[in-house]
Amino acid sequence: MSDVSTAPTPAAQATPQTATPAVLVKGVTKRFGETEVLQGIDLAVPAGATTCLIGPSGSGKSTLLRCIAFLEEATTGTIAIHGDPLGFAEAPNGQRTRLSPQNIREVRSRIGMVFQQFNLWPHMTALGNVCEALVTVRRMKRSDAEARGMAQLRRVGLENRAKHYPSELSGGQQQRVAIARALALDPEILLFDEPTASLDPELTGEVLNVMRDLAASGMTLLVVTHEIGFAASVGQRIAFLDHGRLLLNGSPREVFGEPRHPRLAQFLETYLDRGAAALL
Amino acid sequence: MTLDFALMADKMPEILSGLWVTIWTWLVATILGAGLGFLVASARRYGPAPLDWLLKLYVEVLRGTPFLVQLFLLYFGGPFVGLRLEPIPAGLIGLTIYASAYFSEIFRAGFEAVPKGHVEAAQCVGLSRGQILRRILLPEMTMLVLPQCVNMAIILIKETAILSIITVPEMTGVISAIGSQQYAFVEAMFLLAIFYWVLVETCGYLGRLAEARLSKFRFAVP
Repeated sequence: MSDVSTAPTPAAQATPQTATPAVLVKGVTKRFGETEVLQGIDLAVPAGATTCLIGPSGSGKSTLLRCIAFLEEATTGTIAIHGDPLGFAEAPNGQRTRLSPQNIREVRSRIGMVFQQFNLWPHMTALGNVCEALVTVRRMKRSDAEARGMAQLRRVGLENRAKHYPSELSGGQQQRVAIARALALDPEILLFDEPTASLDPELTGEVLNVMRDLAASGMTLLVVTHEIGFAASVGQRIAFLDHGRLLLNGSPREVFGEPRHPRLAQFLETYLDRGAAALL
Repeated sequence: MTLDFALMADKMPEILSGLWVTIWTWLVATILGAGLGFLVASARRYGPAPLDWLLKLYVEVLRGTPFLVQLFLLYFGGPFVGLRLEPIPAGLIGLTIYASAYFSEIFRAGFEAVPKGHVEAAQCVGLSRGQILRRILLPEMTMLVLPQCVNMAIILIKETAILSIITVPEMTGVISAIGSQQYAFVEAMFLLAIFYWVLVETCGYLGRLAEARLSKFRFAVP
């Protein structure tokens, strides 16, 4: 809280980080055959803050996140990570050209991704999962990688599970290992694709707590979630998607406050009986 | 009429040499067949489309015809196209090719069975295509396909008996010859059945042991 009372110095205000968004999405569309899942999305994800993407199933929020992770390629439009184009460069006339695989991997390596299904590699221990890319991609020495891996596992409270295989861990623990795996590469942005959607209700808390800590530490998080309570309490920006369009984008107060957009009100109705309304 | 196994006991050295030929031809053909099958499955997955069609034909023909017929064609038909093979090399080549067709289908299903998300997670942390194949797909596939591979190995133990038709001196050929010489055909077949059964059980036991060791790597279902 002390940060709030201290007035930012002029130097801090002038840092380019505050000027350039962590992720800049411009005119992104995504078509799967006949269906247009994203119909022209423009979104700036601010650095050092938590942005939550909410919306009904099929609204395209996961697809948008997967485009930002470059797991899907946008049909048209561009995405930039801290100003650097991801996957495609756009000429002033709008012509897109594909960047080199090396460049794509370089820009992509600055993004961490956490999946709904955890996607831990079952033949590696928790520590092995966290260290894999440090050794094979970053070419770190095994001992250095393990020291760093252990530090990440400590960060998610699982240093005593380092030697366990994913099948020996609970769902919540697996997801925390997956977060540690993404953190190990020191990403500038961490993407979460419904990180608690496949967890039992009593296990979602431990994952959300880790995410709260990350948000409080000033990391840039972009979270696709159905946890409206989490979005309202932790999110600094809320983006509401519906039918492939970005309907609302603002602070929780702006988005959830009255008067509410009728489509959002309709969407939130489904959460009323789940007790989340009290948090809004 | 009584069964007299003493007639067999006199011929033990020959029987054991036949057993040994069965074991090593089986091991060599299984290992080479699995290796070739993996190459076929990988080529079909990553190679150009025409190669996929060609290899699909290879697999379909080998799976659609009896091993006995394939072996006859290789051993007796080979000389017509200038391919003159001794019995053991012919048997090994025939069995390897036959096995590769089945193994390739096992591996093809194995590739499909590795969850797509595991590959995506690897892409997200920057692993290259080769690293993903080596570090993620191959080990995950191995544990998925192990039970089918053990099953295939068991089938191949029994298929080695067919090599006797082209005079490979393996167990079936040796023991049934002894049985005919000694007028002890039933004893010979009985002994043969026991030998195969022990081999199959041993293979199955080792397979279960390997599966148990790999069980902690089993897929964690979210």
